[in-house]
Amino acid sequence: MSNILEVNKVVKQYGDYVALNEVSLTVPKGSIYGLLGPNGAGKTSLIRIINQITMPDSGEIILDGEKLQPKHIQYIGYLPEERGLYSSMKVGEQCLYLAQMKGLSKAEAKKQLEYWFDRLGIQGWWNKKIQELSKGMAQKIQFVVCVLHKPKLLIFDEPFSGFDPVNANVIKDEILALREEGATIIFSTHRMESVEELCDHIALIHKSNKLIEGKLIDVKRQFKTNSFEVGILSDNVEGLMFDITQKFRVGEANFKSLNDEIKLEIQLGNATPNELLNVLTKRGQVMHFVEKIPSVNDIFIQTVTA
Amino acid sequence: MSIISLIIKREFIAKVRNKSFVVMTFLSPLLFVAIAGFVAYLSSMKAETKRVAIHDESGLFVNEFVAQNNKDSEYRYLDLSAIDVQALKDSITKEDFEALLYIPKTISNKDLENKIQLVSNNSPSIIFIEKAQGIIADKLTKNNLEMAHLDTLAIEGAKAEVVLNLSKASGEESIKGLNEIKIAIGGAFGYLIMMFIIIYGNMVMRSVIEEKTNRIVEIIISSVKPFQLMMGKIIGTSLAGLLQFLIWTVIGLSLMFAASAFFGVNIGPTSRVSPEMMHVAQQEFSGTAQMYIKELWNLPIATILIGFVVYFIGGYFLYSSFYAAIGAAVDNQTDSQQFLLPIIMPLMLSVYIGFFTVINDPHGTIAVIFSMIPLTSPIVMLMRIPFGVPWWQIAISVSLLFASFFGVVWFAAKIYRVGILMYGKKTSWKELYKWLKY
Repeated sequence: MSNILEVNKVVKQYGDYVALNEVSLTVPKGSIYGLLGPNGAGKTSLIRIINQITMPDSGEIILDGEKLQPKHIQYIGYLPEERGLYSSMKVGEQCLYLAQMKGLSKAEAKKQLEYWFDRLGIQGWWNKKIQELSKGMAQKIQFVVCVLHKPKLLIFDEPFSGFDPVNANVIKDEILALREEGATIIFSTHRMESVEELCDHIALIHKSNKLIEGKLIDVKRQFKTNSFEVGILSDNVEGLMFDITQKFRVGEANFKSLNDEIKLEIQLGNATPNELLNVLTKRGQVMHFVEKIPSVNDIFIQTVTA
Repeated sequence: MSIISLIIKREFIAKVRNKSFVVMTFLSPLLFVAIAGFVAYLSSMKAETKRVAIHDESGLFVNEFVAQNNKDSEYRYLDLSAIDVQALKDSITKEDFEALLYIPKTISNKDLENKIQLVSNNSPSIIFIEKAQGIIADKLTKNNLEMAHLDTLAIEGAKAEVVLNLSKASGEESIKGLNEIKIAIGGAFGYLIMMFIIIYGNMVMRSVIEEKTNRIVEIIISSVKPFQLMMGKIIGTSLAGLLQFLIWTVIGLSLMFAASAFFGVNIGPTSRVSPEMMHVAQQEFSGTAQMYIKELWNLPIATILIGFVVYFIGGYFLYSSFYAAIGAAVDNQTDSQQFLLPIIMPLMLSVYIGFFTVINDPHGTIAVIFSMIPLTSPIVMLMRIPFGVPWWQIAISVSLLFASFFGVVWFAAKIYRVGILMYGKKTSWKELYKWLKY
């Protein structure tokens, strides 16, 4: 079984409003899977269904080869976007309580908690109340609670919100470490640079429908425009531009460089990169020649606004 | 440990550890005792003696009033027949006297009946007026009898006082005032249930709102079913409530013992009642008391207690499910008011029905109907039980209560399930109806 989670044609309606319209997803084992979409697209509805918080109206969900059922709650760790803790309860007690709810025995929960508190350097917090902690500190506790029972599938909804850059990095490293240990991670966020950095698979949900899904690199290939960023030093700019515009569509480009190059973005159309290079080398010194890879941000905006 | 018992435990500990719980538990009995003591102190204080001037031109009544001075410490009657009426009226305004009773001289006693005046600055108390009227009427009657040359002593002796001996067809003896005792017992239990529902139902609601506003609810219900969470909350809160009641009972009892020991020492030696009188009074008292106690033991005590437990559980769960659903439907406590009214109404209604209808006619149609309706039955039926209710009525009432309890829990769980995940939205009744269909 190479897929930890399969979502098959899931439909969810709230009254007349369709939150999910026959959405299907396949999450491979060991991947970091970016679940993207604008606000109100249906991501949270889907995540809640996977967590068995709500039931789908139709469709089915297969977790690790089995139809989703109550015992699977223990296999999933969920860090919701809207998250909080009991403000007047002590950190240690609270974590024990939440861990026991996930099916850990008290002793096991305590052992795991000590490990994680030690790992994140928060040993001294055991007897503090949540209301004495800062937001970022509380977020750390929530993270611990989410991963404590060693779930096979981790669902993080905006995991980095509320963290300073240092702590965000700590959490990022922990997420990567969890993946190394064999967990699969579903990652829902609006921060595209994190997706770029972490995810190997993505899916994009928009207006209750899934529009894109696949390996990040495949999606990028699919969205590539076959254009190149070019930096060239030339004495005869007019001649250069004349030659290029004869064969290609040209736009302005913007990238960092050391010299005073002419910066262009050139669409190849059906031509090969070498054909473009041939034109360029005749007219000047090529300093910069890079294929333009669509960013996740571009793909997101392009798909959603289309 | 099963998940639901985990939740119950957490809810219980969270409630019990709460500062306001601790304060409420230990302070309110003290407060109660303090208030009771204060009231007792106030009523034991001798009221200021009020001076009443009597200007009796007929000379018939003044002695009767002055004779009262020995018995009555609240009013002091002064024979001021020698002083001019107008002068007395003036001195009232200067507040030398509380009132002036002016009895003019008339030709006949008949004439006197509506000629006597009571002059005062403030409106006199009804009790005083009745008392004065009684004294005057008695004297006048006696005077009338004497004028008709009738033997007042013989007439006094011929007067008959009748007390009806109440008994039931089943042959038990009964005594006056028993109905009041019965309604007091039923009422006390019913009232207790009402208070418990309101206080702890509200606590359930607050706890749901708290989880919703601090957003922990989403973390929790990814591990447990909303229904489990709701039931755990209701049960845990009720256990905290029961603990509170238990502590109150213990504190109350020990305070009562302490108080009686304390006063027992004080009362004995200062009592001015002679030993023989005490003895007689005691005998008389213990005679009636024994009858009352006997009657109390004849009450269906087992039924009352079992009924209390059954209706307590049924009623509390029924109502607190509503409270939980309301807590889930709103974002903060101020929004809950519109939904709370329909819950408070039947509770109030059942207490009123208990005190006004059940006491008059414990087995009348209204009392019977409301002791069947699940929302009112926990209180109304409990008030009826001391009067003896056929077992089949209790059976119907209890089964209706528990049937609707499951219905309401199902209904509340549906609203709860949807509601706890709805943030920042004002909920209307229409919205709630929609949630039921999700």
